[in-house]
Amino acid sequence: MNSDDIEKIELELFLEAIHYRYGYDFRHYARASVRRRVRHILGKTGCKNVSDLIPLLIHDEQFATKAIYDFSITVTEMFRDPDFYRAVRQGVVPYLKTFPFIKIWVAGCATGEEVYSLAILLQEEGLYNRAKIYATDFNDTALKKASDGIYPLKDVQQYTSNYQKSGGACSFSDYYHAEYNSAIMDQSLKSNITFSNHNLVTEGSFSEVQVIFCRNVLIYFDRSLQNWVFNTFANSLSRSGFLCLGTKETLEFSAIYDQFKVIDAQERIYQKKI
Amino acid sequence: MRMKNRYQAIVIGASAGGTIALQKILPFLPAEFPMPVIIAQHLHPLQDGAAIIHYNGGGALIVKDADEKESLHAGFVYFAPPNYHLLIEDDHTFSLSVDAKVHYTRPSVDVLFESAADAYGTGLIGIILSGANQDGADGLLRIKQKGGLTVVQDPQDAEVSYMPQTAIETARPDHILTADEICKFLIELTLQRVP
Ligand SMILES: C[S@@+](CC[C@H](N)C(=O)[O-])C[C@H]1O[C@@H](n2cnc3c(N)ncnc32)[C@H](O)[C@@H]1O
Repeated sequence: MNSDDIEKIELELFLEAIHYRYGYDFRHYARASVRRRVRHILGKTGCKNVSDLIPLLIHDEQFATKAIYDFSITVTEMFRDPDFYRAVRQGVVPYLKTFPFIKIWVAGCATGEEVYSLAILLQEEGLYNRAKIYATDFNDTALKKASDGIYPLKDVQQYTSNYQKSGGACSFSDYYHAEYNSAIMDQSLKSNITFSNHNLVTEGSFSEVQVIFCRNVLIYFDRSLQNWVFNTFANSLSRSGFLCLGTKETLEFSAIYDQFKVIDAQERIYQKKI
Repeated sequence: MRMKNRYQAIVIGASAGGTIALQKILPFLPAEFPMPVIIAQHLHPLQDGAAIIHYNGGGALIVKDADEKESLHAGFVYFAPPNYHLLIEDDHTFSLSVDAKVHYTRPSVDVLFESAADAYGTGLIGIILSGANQDGADGLLRIKQKGGLTVVQDPQDAEVSYMPQTAIETARPDHILTADEICKFLIELTLQRVP
Protein backbone atom coordinates (compact mmCIF):
# COMPACT_ATOMS: atom_id res chain seq x y z
CA MET A 1 0.00 0.00 0.00
CA ASN A 2 1.47 3.39 -0.90
CA SER A 3 1.38 6.50 1.25
CA ASP A 4 -1.58 7.93 -0.67
CA ASP A 5 -3.72 4.91 0.07
CA ILE A 6 -2.70 5.06 3.70
CA GLU A 7 -3.59 8.73 3.91
CA LYS A 8 -7.01 7.94 2.46
CA ILE A 9 -7.64 5.48 5.26
CA GLU A 10 -6.46 7.97 7.84
CA LEU A 11 -8.83 10.56 6.42
CA GLU A 12 -11.77 8.18 6.71
CA LEU A 13 -10.84 7.46 10.32
CA PHE A 14 -10.49 11.17 11.06
CA LEU A 15 -13.99 11.87 9.74
CA GLU A 16 -15.41 8.87 11.60
CA ALA A 17 -13.80 10.14 14.79
CA ILE A 18 -15.46 13.55 14.43
CA HIS A 19 -18.75 11.85 13.74
CA TYR A 20 -18.63 9.41 16.67
CA ARG A 21 -17.30 11.88 19.17
CA TYR A 22 -19.14 15.07 18.22
CA GLY A 23 -21.98 14.09 15.89
CA TYR A 24 -20.83 16.27 12.99
CA ASP A 25 -20.90 14.29 9.79
CA PHE A 26 -18.47 15.31 7.08
CA ARG A 27 -18.18 11.85 5.58
CA HIS A 28 -20.08 12.87 2.46
CA TYR A 29 -18.35 16.16 1.87
CA ALA A 30 -16.43 16.41 -1.42
CA ARG A 31 -13.19 14.66 -0.62
CA ALA A 32 -10.60 16.78 -2.39
CA SER A 33 -11.63 19.85 -0.37
CA VAL A 34 -11.78 17.94 2.90
CA ARG A 35 -8.33 16.51 2.28
CA ARG A 36 -6.97 19.95 1.61
CA ARG A 37 -8.39 21.26 4.85
CA VAL A 38 -7.19 18.34 6.94
CA ARG A 39 -3.67 18.75 5.54
CA HIS A 40 -3.93 22.41 6.46
CA ILE A 41 -4.85 21.48 10.04
CA LEU A 42 -2.01 18.95 10.06
CA GLY A 43 0.44 21.61 8.94
CA LYS A 44 -0.58 23.88 11.81
CA THR A 45 -0.15 21.22 14.51
CA GLY A 46 3.27 19.95 13.56
CA CYS A 47 1.96 16.36 13.58
CA LYS A 48 3.31 14.02 10.92
CA ASN A 49 0.33 11.91 9.94
CA VAL A 50 -3.39 12.58 9.69
CA SER A 51 -3.98 9.74 12.15
CA ASP A 52 -1.91 11.63 14.76
CA LEU A 53 -4.71 14.17 14.82
CA ILE A 54 -7.27 11.65 16.01
CA PRO A 55 -6.25 11.52 19.70
CA LEU A 56 -6.20 15.31 19.74
CA LEU A 57 -9.60 15.41 18.16
CA ILE A 58 -11.06 13.03 20.69
CA HIS A 59 -9.54 14.46 23.87
CA ASP A 60 -9.02 18.14 23.16
CA GLU A 61 -12.40 19.77 22.67
CA GLN A 62 -10.94 23.13 21.84
CA PHE A 63 -8.87 21.61 19.07
CA ALA A 64 -11.92 19.71 17.83
CA THR A 65 -14.10 22.81 17.73
CA LYS A 66 -11.50 24.61 15.69
CA ALA A 67 -11.12 21.65 13.35
CA ILE A 68 -14.87 21.36 12.88
CA TYR A 69 -15.21 25.05 12.15
CA ASP A 70 -12.33 24.69 9.72
CA PHE A 71 -14.64 22.53 7.63
CA SER A 72 -17.10 25.36 7.56
CA ILE A 73 -15.86 27.67 4.86
CA THR A 74 -17.56 30.93 5.74
CA VAL A 75 -16.25 32.97 2.81
CA THR A 76 -19.12 35.20 1.69
CA GLU A 77 -20.03 38.75 0.69
CA MET A 78 -22.96 41.14 0.33
CA PHE A 79 -24.86 40.81 -2.93
CA ARG A 80 -22.50 38.05 -4.08
CA ASP A 81 -23.27 37.51 -7.78
CA PRO A 82 -25.24 40.74 -8.34
CA ASP A 83 -27.01 39.23 -11.35
CA PHE A 84 -28.54 36.64 -9.07
CA TYR A 85 -30.22 39.34 -6.97
CA ARG A 86 -31.39 41.03 -10.14
CA ALA A 87 -32.96 37.74 -11.18
CA VAL A 88 -34.67 37.42 -7.79
CA ARG A 89 -36.16 40.87 -8.20
CA GLN A 90 -37.40 39.98 -11.65
CA GLY A 91 -38.40 36.34 -11.34
CA VAL A 92 -39.33 35.78 -7.70
CA VAL A 93 -40.48 39.07 -6.19
CA PRO A 94 -43.60 39.37 -8.42
CA TYR A 95 -44.87 36.05 -7.02
CA LEU A 96 -43.97 36.98 -3.46
CA LYS A 97 -46.06 40.14 -3.81
CA THR A 98 -49.10 37.91 -4.17
CA PHE A 99 -48.36 35.97 -0.96
CA PRO A 100 -49.90 37.28 2.28
CA PHE A 101 -46.97 36.11 4.37
CA ILE A 102 -43.48 35.01 3.34
CA LYS A 103 -41.24 32.65 5.25
CA ILE A 104 -37.71 32.45 3.95
CA TRP A 105 -35.02 29.98 4.93
CA VAL A 106 -31.42 30.95 4.27
CA ALA A 107 -29.50 27.70 4.78
CA GLY A 108 -25.74 27.99 5.28
CA CYS A 109 -25.85 31.72 5.93
CA ALA A 110 -22.24 31.90 7.19
CA THR A 111 -21.54 35.35 8.66
CA GLY A 112 -24.81 36.84 7.43
CA GLU A 113 -23.88 39.09 4.52
CA GLU A 114 -26.30 37.24 2.25
CA VAL A 115 -29.11 37.56 4.78
CA TYR A 116 -28.73 41.33 5.04
CA SER A 117 -28.59 41.56 1.25
CA LEU A 118 -31.88 39.74 1.09
CA ALA A 119 -33.37 41.92 3.82
CA ILE A 120 -32.39 45.04 1.87
CA LEU A 121 -33.96 43.67 -1.29
CA LEU A 122 -37.19 42.84 0.54
CA GLN A 123 -37.36 46.30 2.10
CA GLU A 124 -36.92 47.96 -1.26
CA GLU A 125 -39.63 45.78 -2.77
CA GLY A 126 -42.00 46.59 0.09
CA LEU A 127 -42.08 42.98 1.25
CA TYR A 128 -40.03 43.08 4.41
CA ASN A 129 -42.92 43.63 6.79
CA ARG A 130 -44.65 40.46 5.67
CA ALA A 131 -41.47 38.43 5.68
CA LYS A 132 -39.79 36.31 8.29
CA ILE A 133 -36.25 35.16 7.55
CA TYR A 134 -34.83 32.06 9.23
CA ALA A 135 -31.09 32.11 8.74
CA THR A 136 -29.23 28.97 9.73
CA ASP A 137 -25.74 27.50 9.79
CA PHE A 138 -23.98 24.84 11.87
CA ASN A 139 -21.18 27.20 12.79
CA ASP A 140 -22.04 29.16 15.96
CA THR A 141 -19.09 31.50 15.61
CA ALA A 142 -20.31 32.53 12.18
CA LEU A 143 -23.90 32.84 13.45
CA LYS A 144 -22.77 35.18 16.21
CA LYS A 145 -21.11 37.46 13.64
CA ALA A 146 -24.22 37.24 11.51
CA SER A 147 -26.52 38.36 14.29
CA ASP A 148 -24.11 41.15 15.29
CA GLY A 149 -24.23 42.42 11.72
CA ILE A 150 -20.94 44.30 12.00
CA TYR A 151 -18.58 44.09 9.05
CA PRO A 152 -15.17 45.48 8.14
CA LEU A 153 -15.53 48.93 6.62
CA LYS A 154 -12.85 48.09 4.06
CA ASP A 155 -15.25 45.66 2.36
CA VAL A 156 -17.99 48.25 1.91
CA GLN A 157 -16.67 49.60 -1.35
CA GLN A 158 -17.01 46.18 -2.96
CA TYR A 159 -20.45 45.71 -1.38
CA THR A 160 -21.63 49.07 -2.64
CA SER A 161 -20.57 48.17 -6.14
CA ASN A 162 -22.28 44.77 -5.90
CA TYR A 163 -25.41 46.42 -4.55
CA GLN A 164 -25.56 48.85 -7.46
CA LYS A 165 -25.07 46.09 -10.01
CA SER A 166 -27.77 44.03 -8.33
CA GLY A 167 -30.38 46.63 -9.19
CA GLY A 168 -30.49 48.35 -5.79
CA ALA A 169 -33.01 51.18 -5.71
CA CYS A 170 -31.39 53.41 -3.09
CA SER A 171 -27.88 53.94 -1.81
CA PHE A 172 -26.05 51.19 0.05
CA SER A 173 -24.99 53.72 2.67
CA ASP A 174 -28.66 53.97 3.74
CA TYR A 175 -28.32 50.53 5.29
CA TYR A 176 -25.35 50.84 7.63
CA HIS A 177 -23.54 53.40 9.71
CA ALA A 178 -19.78 53.54 10.03
CA GLU A 179 -18.03 53.42 13.37
CA TYR A 180 -14.23 53.30 13.49
CA ASN A 181 -13.37 50.55 11.03
CA SER A 182 -16.75 48.89 11.04
CA ALA A 183 -19.97 49.08 9.12
CA ILE A 184 -22.88 48.38 11.45
CA MET A 185 -25.96 47.13 9.68
CA ASP A 186 -29.16 49.05 10.27
CA GLN A 187 -31.35 47.80 13.10
CA SER A 188 -34.45 47.93 10.90
CA LEU A 189 -33.02 45.15 8.76
CA LYS A 190 -32.81 42.82 11.73
CA SER A 191 -36.31 42.89 13.14
CA ASN A 192 -37.63 40.02 11.04
CA ILE A 193 -34.53 37.84 10.98
CA THR A 194 -33.94 34.88 13.28
CA PHE A 195 -30.50 33.32 13.34
CA SER A 196 -30.26 29.76 14.57
CA ASN A 197 -28.12 26.66 14.50
CA HIS A 198 -29.21 23.99 12.06
CA ASN A 199 -27.16 21.25 10.45
CA LEU A 200 -28.28 20.30 6.95
CA VAL A 201 -26.73 16.85 7.21
CA THR A 202 -28.07 15.70 10.52
CA GLU A 203 -31.29 17.65 10.96
CA GLY A 204 -34.57 17.55 9.12
CA SER A 205 -36.80 19.90 7.24
CA PHE A 206 -38.31 23.23 8.12
CA SER A 207 -42.03 23.71 8.02
CA GLU A 208 -43.64 25.26 4.94
CA VAL A 209 -41.37 28.02 3.76
CA GLN A 210 -41.99 29.99 0.56
CA VAL A 211 -38.35 30.61 -0.34
CA ILE A 212 -35.11 28.77 0.32
CA PHE A 213 -31.71 30.30 -0.33
CA CYS A 214 -28.92 27.76 -0.17
CA ARG A 215 -25.97 29.12 -2.03
CA ASN A 216 -22.42 27.83 -2.23
CA VAL A 217 -23.03 25.15 0.34
CA LEU A 218 -23.95 22.19 -1.87
CA ILE A 219 -20.72 22.44 -3.90
CA TYR A 220 -19.03 21.05 -0.79
CA PHE A 221 -21.22 17.94 -0.71
CA ASP A 222 -21.01 14.73 -2.72
CA ARG A 223 -23.92 13.68 -4.94
CA SER A 224 -25.60 11.47 -2.35
CA LEU A 225 -25.52 14.19 0.29
CA GLN A 226 -26.73 16.77 -2.23
CA ASN A 227 -29.72 14.57 -2.95
CA TRP A 228 -30.41 14.14 0.71
CA VAL A 229 -30.41 17.90 1.22
CA PHE A 230 -32.51 18.48 -1.90
CA ASN A 231 -35.12 16.19 -0.38
CA THR A 232 -35.09 18.22 2.79
CA PHE A 233 -35.68 21.32 0.68
CA ALA A 234 -38.49 19.76 -1.35
CA ASN A 235 -40.18 18.80 1.92
CA SER A 236 -39.71 22.23 3.42
CA LEU A 237 -41.06 24.28 0.53
CA SER A 238 -44.69 25.15 0.20
CA ARG A 239 -46.35 24.73 -3.19
CA SER A 240 -45.07 27.35 -5.65
CA GLY A 241 -42.13 27.95 -3.30
CA PHE A 242 -38.75 28.97 -4.67
CA LEU A 243 -35.37 27.31 -4.37
CA CYS A 244 -32.37 29.53 -5.06
CA LEU A 245 -28.97 27.88 -5.44
CA GLY A 246 -25.46 29.18 -6.07
CA THR A 247 -24.43 30.02 -9.62
CA LYS A 248 -22.50 26.76 -9.94
CA GLU A 249 -25.06 24.52 -8.28
CA THR A 250 -27.85 22.80 -10.12
CA LEU A 251 -30.99 20.84 -9.45
CA GLU A 252 -30.75 19.23 -12.86
CA PHE A 253 -29.24 15.89 -11.87
CA SER A 254 -31.21 15.49 -8.66
CA ALA A 255 -34.07 13.16 -7.88
CA ILE A 256 -36.41 16.09 -7.18
CA TYR A 257 -35.84 17.88 -10.49
CA ASP A 258 -39.26 16.78 -11.81
CA GLN A 259 -41.02 18.51 -8.94
CA PHE A 260 -39.67 21.88 -10.00
CA LYS A 261 -39.77 24.24 -12.91
CA VAL A 262 -36.88 26.43 -13.92
CA ILE A 263 -37.40 30.15 -13.33
CA ASP A 264 -33.88 31.26 -14.24
CA ALA A 265 -31.49 28.64 -15.59
CA GLN A 266 -28.41 30.84 -15.43
CA GLU A 267 -29.00 32.03 -11.87
CA ARG A 268 -30.25 28.63 -10.69
CA ILE A 269 -33.67 29.68 -9.48
CA TYR A 270 -36.34 26.97 -9.34
CA GLN A 271 -40.01 26.92 -8.37
CA LYS A 272 -41.83 23.97 -6.88
CA LYS A 273 -44.73 22.87 -9.04
CA ILE A 274 -48.24 23.04 -7.67
CA MET B 1 7.52 -0.77 -30.89
CA ARG B 2 5.23 2.02 -29.74
CA MET B 3 5.01 2.68 -26.06
CA LYS B 4 1.55 3.12 -24.68
CA ASN B 5 1.00 6.67 -23.49
CA ARG B 6 1.13 6.58 -19.69
CA TYR B 7 -0.42 10.00 -19.17
CA GLN B 8 -4.07 10.56 -18.35
CA ALA B 9 -4.48 14.30 -17.87
CA ILE B 10 -2.77 17.67 -18.32
CA VAL B 11 -3.14 20.57 -15.91
CA ILE B 12 -2.04 24.06 -16.89
CA GLY B 13 -1.56 27.13 -14.71
CA ALA B 14 -1.50 30.54 -16.34
CA SER B 15 -1.74 34.16 -15.26
CA ALA B 16 -0.73 37.46 -16.82
CA GLY B 17 0.36 36.81 -20.39
CA GLY B 18 -0.91 33.25 -20.21
CA THR B 19 -3.51 33.81 -22.90
CA ILE B 20 -0.81 34.44 -25.49
CA ALA B 21 0.93 31.20 -24.57
CA LEU B 22 -2.32 29.24 -24.52
CA GLN B 23 -3.11 30.48 -28.01
CA LYS B 24 0.10 28.85 -29.21
CA ILE B 25 -0.94 25.53 -27.71
CA LEU B 26 -4.67 24.88 -27.51
CA PRO B 27 -5.70 25.49 -31.14
CA PHE B 28 -3.06 23.03 -32.35
CA LEU B 29 -4.02 20.04 -30.26
CA PRO B 30 -5.73 17.52 -32.53
CA ALA B 31 -9.21 16.10 -32.02
CA GLU B 32 -7.75 12.72 -31.10
CA PHE B 33 -5.66 14.23 -28.31
CA PRO B 34 -5.99 11.42 -25.80
CA MET B 35 -6.55 13.21 -22.50
CA PRO B 36 -8.41 16.11 -20.91
CA VAL B 37 -6.69 19.47 -20.46
CA ILE B 38 -7.61 21.39 -17.31
CA ILE B 39 -6.64 25.03 -16.89
CA ALA B 40 -6.59 27.39 -13.94
CA GLN B 41 -6.07 30.89 -15.26
CA HIS B 42 -6.23 33.94 -13.04
CA LEU B 43 -9.04 35.87 -14.61
CA HIS B 44 -10.72 38.87 -13.23
CA PRO B 45 -14.28 37.85 -12.30
CA LEU B 46 -15.68 40.41 -14.71
CA GLN B 47 -14.08 38.55 -17.55
CA ASP B 48 -16.47 35.68 -16.96
CA GLY B 49 -16.51 33.53 -20.04
CA ALA B 50 -13.80 35.55 -21.74
CA ALA B 51 -11.38 32.66 -21.86
CA ILE B 52 -13.92 30.44 -23.49
CA ILE B 53 -14.98 32.96 -26.08
CA HIS B 54 -11.34 33.51 -26.74
CA TYR B 55 -10.34 30.03 -27.65
CA ASN B 56 -13.38 28.42 -29.13
CA GLY B 57 -13.21 28.08 -32.86
CA GLY B 58 -9.45 27.90 -32.68
CA GLY B 59 -9.00 24.22 -32.23
CA ALA B 60 -10.38 20.74 -32.48
CA LEU B 61 -11.00 20.39 -28.76
CA ILE B 62 -14.14 21.56 -27.02
CA VAL B 63 -13.46 24.38 -24.58
CA LYS B 64 -15.77 24.88 -21.59
CA ASP B 65 -15.97 25.93 -17.96
CA ALA B 66 -15.72 22.99 -15.59
CA ASP B 67 -18.97 22.11 -13.83
CA GLU B 68 -19.02 20.61 -10.38
CA LYS B 69 -19.32 16.77 -10.37
CA GLU B 70 -18.64 16.70 -14.11
CA SER B 71 -16.49 13.76 -15.28
CA LEU B 72 -13.28 14.58 -17.13
CA HIS B 73 -13.00 13.37 -20.71
CA ALA B 74 -10.48 13.45 -23.52
CA GLY B 75 -11.44 15.89 -26.26
CA PHE B 76 -12.20 18.68 -23.79
CA VAL B 77 -10.38 21.67 -22.42
CA TYR B 78 -11.82 22.71 -19.05
CA PHE B 79 -11.33 26.10 -17.47
CA ALA B 80 -11.76 26.85 -13.78
CA PRO B 81 -14.78 29.17 -13.60
CA PRO B 82 -13.94 32.68 -12.38
CA ASN B 83 -14.19 33.09 -8.62
CA TYR B 84 -14.09 29.36 -7.83
CA HIS B 85 -11.25 27.05 -6.99
CA LEU B 86 -11.27 23.97 -9.19
CA LEU B 87 -10.34 20.61 -7.71
CA ILE B 88 -10.16 17.11 -9.16
CA GLU B 89 -11.52 14.22 -7.12
CA ASP B 90 -9.96 10.75 -7.05
CA ASP B 91 -12.80 9.46 -9.22
CA HIS B 92 -11.82 12.00 -11.89
CA THR B 93 -14.73 14.34 -11.46
CA PHE B 94 -14.56 18.06 -10.71
CA SER B 95 -15.30 19.84 -7.46
CA LEU B 96 -15.61 23.59 -7.04
CA SER B 97 -15.03 25.56 -3.88
CA VAL B 98 -15.25 29.15 -2.72
CA ASP B 99 -12.55 28.68 -0.08
CA ALA B 100 -10.41 31.70 0.70
CA LYS B 101 -8.14 32.94 -2.04
CA VAL B 102 -4.69 31.39 -2.31
CA HIS B 103 -1.88 33.76 -3.31
CA TYR B 104 -4.57 36.45 -3.64
CA THR B 105 -6.36 34.51 -6.30
CA ARG B 106 -9.33 32.24 -6.89
CA PRO B 107 -9.04 30.05 -8.91
CA SER B 108 -5.63 29.09 -7.64
CA VAL B 109 -3.22 26.97 -9.66
CA ASP B 110 -1.84 25.38 -6.49
CA VAL B 111 -5.27 24.16 -5.44
CA LEU B 112 -5.90 22.58 -8.86
CA PHE B 113 -2.44 21.06 -9.15
CA GLU B 114 -2.39 19.58 -5.65
CA SER B 115 -5.72 17.86 -6.06
CA ALA B 116 -4.80 16.70 -9.58
CA ALA B 117 -1.54 15.23 -8.27
CA ASP B 118 -3.54 13.23 -5.74
CA ALA B 119 -6.02 12.08 -8.34
CA TYR B 120 -3.61 11.17 -11.15
CA GLY B 121 -0.17 10.64 -9.57
CA THR B 122 2.30 9.48 -12.22
CA GLY B 123 -0.33 9.89 -14.92
CA LEU B 124 -0.32 13.67 -14.71
CA ILE B 125 1.43 16.35 -16.74
CA GLY B 126 1.68 19.79 -15.10
CA ILE B 127 2.53 22.94 -17.03
CA ILE B 128 3.20 26.47 -15.78
CA LEU B 129 2.91 29.34 -18.24
CA SER B 130 3.42 33.09 -18.09
CA GLY B 131 2.37 35.08 -15.01
CA ALA B 132 3.27 37.55 -12.30
CA ASN B 133 2.24 35.41 -9.35
CA GLN B 134 4.02 32.71 -7.36
CA ASP B 135 0.89 30.58 -7.49
CA GLY B 136 1.53 27.19 -9.07
CA ALA B 137 5.12 26.66 -7.92
CA ASP B 138 4.15 24.53 -4.90
CA GLY B 139 1.55 22.69 -6.92
CA LEU B 140 4.07 21.84 -9.60
CA LEU B 141 6.48 20.55 -6.97
CA ARG B 142 3.70 18.37 -5.66
CA ILE B 143 3.11 16.91 -9.12
CA LYS B 144 6.80 16.15 -9.39
CA GLN B 145 6.92 14.50 -5.98
CA LYS B 146 4.04 12.27 -7.00
CA GLY B 147 5.89 11.13 -10.09
CA GLY B 148 4.10 13.28 -12.66
CA LEU B 149 5.78 15.08 -15.53
CA THR B 150 6.53 18.78 -15.07
CA VAL B 151 6.97 21.43 -17.74
CA VAL B 152 7.50 25.18 -17.43
CA GLN B 153 7.41 27.81 -20.13
CA ASP B 154 10.83 29.28 -20.75
CA PRO B 155 10.82 32.59 -18.83
CA GLN B 156 12.45 34.22 -21.86
CA ASP B 157 9.53 33.15 -24.00
CA ALA B 158 6.91 34.15 -21.43
CA GLU B 159 5.19 37.51 -21.57
CA VAL B 160 5.70 37.78 -17.79
CA SER B 161 8.55 35.69 -16.45
CA TYR B 162 7.92 35.69 -12.69
CA MET B 163 5.56 32.73 -12.48
CA PRO B 164 7.66 30.40 -14.66
CA GLN B 165 10.84 31.55 -12.93
CA THR B 166 9.41 30.82 -9.47
CA ALA B 167 8.11 27.46 -10.60
CA ILE B 168 11.54 26.56 -12.02
CA GLU B 169 13.28 27.47 -8.78
CA THR B 170 10.77 25.66 -6.59
CA ALA B 171 10.03 22.56 -8.60
CA ARG B 172 13.09 21.99 -10.82
CA PRO B 173 10.85 20.84 -13.67
CA ASP B 174 11.63 18.07 -16.15
CA HIS B 175 11.40 20.41 -19.14
CA ILE B 176 11.72 24.13 -19.80
CA LEU B 177 10.31 24.93 -23.24
CA THR B 178 8.84 27.76 -25.29
CA ALA B 179 5.08 27.74 -25.80
CA ASP B 180 5.49 26.45 -29.36
CA GLU B 181 7.76 23.70 -28.15
CA ILE B 182 5.32 22.74 -25.40
CA CYS B 183 2.66 22.20 -28.02
CA LYS B 184 4.90 19.98 -30.18
CA PHE B 185 6.15 18.16 -27.12
CA LEU B 186 2.64 17.29 -25.94
CA ILE B 187 1.63 15.93 -29.31
CA GLU B 188 4.77 13.86 -29.69
CA LEU B 189 4.60 12.56 -26.18
CA THR B 190 0.99 11.53 -26.13
CA LEU B 191 0.38 10.55 -29.74
CA GLN B 192 3.90 9.37 -30.47
CA ARG B 193 3.98 11.25 -33.70
CA VAL B 194 5.52 14.36 -35.07
CA PRO B 195 2.97 17.15 -35.34
C1 LIG C 1 -19.18 29.31 1.46
S1 LIG C 1 -20.34 29.61 2.72
C2 LIG C 1 -21.71 30.25 1.81
C3 LIG C 1 -22.29 31.48 2.43
C4 LIG C 1 -23.42 32.15 1.66
N1 LIG C 1 -24.55 31.26 1.50
C5 LIG C 1 -22.94 32.65 0.33
O1 LIG C 1 -23.28 32.08 -0.70
O2 LIG C 1 -22.21 33.64 0.31
C6 LIG C 1 -20.84 27.98 3.19
C7 LIG C 1 -21.55 27.91 4.53
O3 LIG C 1 -22.23 26.65 4.63
C8 LIG C 1 -22.17 26.21 5.94
N2 LIG C 1 -22.37 24.76 6.00
C9 LIG C 1 -21.56 23.78 5.56
N3 LIG C 1 -22.07 22.58 5.87
C10 LIG C 1 -23.23 22.80 6.53
C11 LIG C 1 -24.19 21.97 7.14
N4 LIG C 1 -24.05 20.64 7.12
N5 LIG C 1 -25.26 22.54 7.73
C12 LIG C 1 -25.41 23.89 7.76
N6 LIG C 1 -24.51 24.73 7.22
C13 LIG C 1 -23.44 24.20 6.62
C14 LIG C 1 -20.79 26.60 6.40
O4 LIG C 1 -20.71 26.66 7.81
C15 LIG C 1 -20.61 27.96 5.73
O5 LIG C 1 -20.99 29.00 6.58
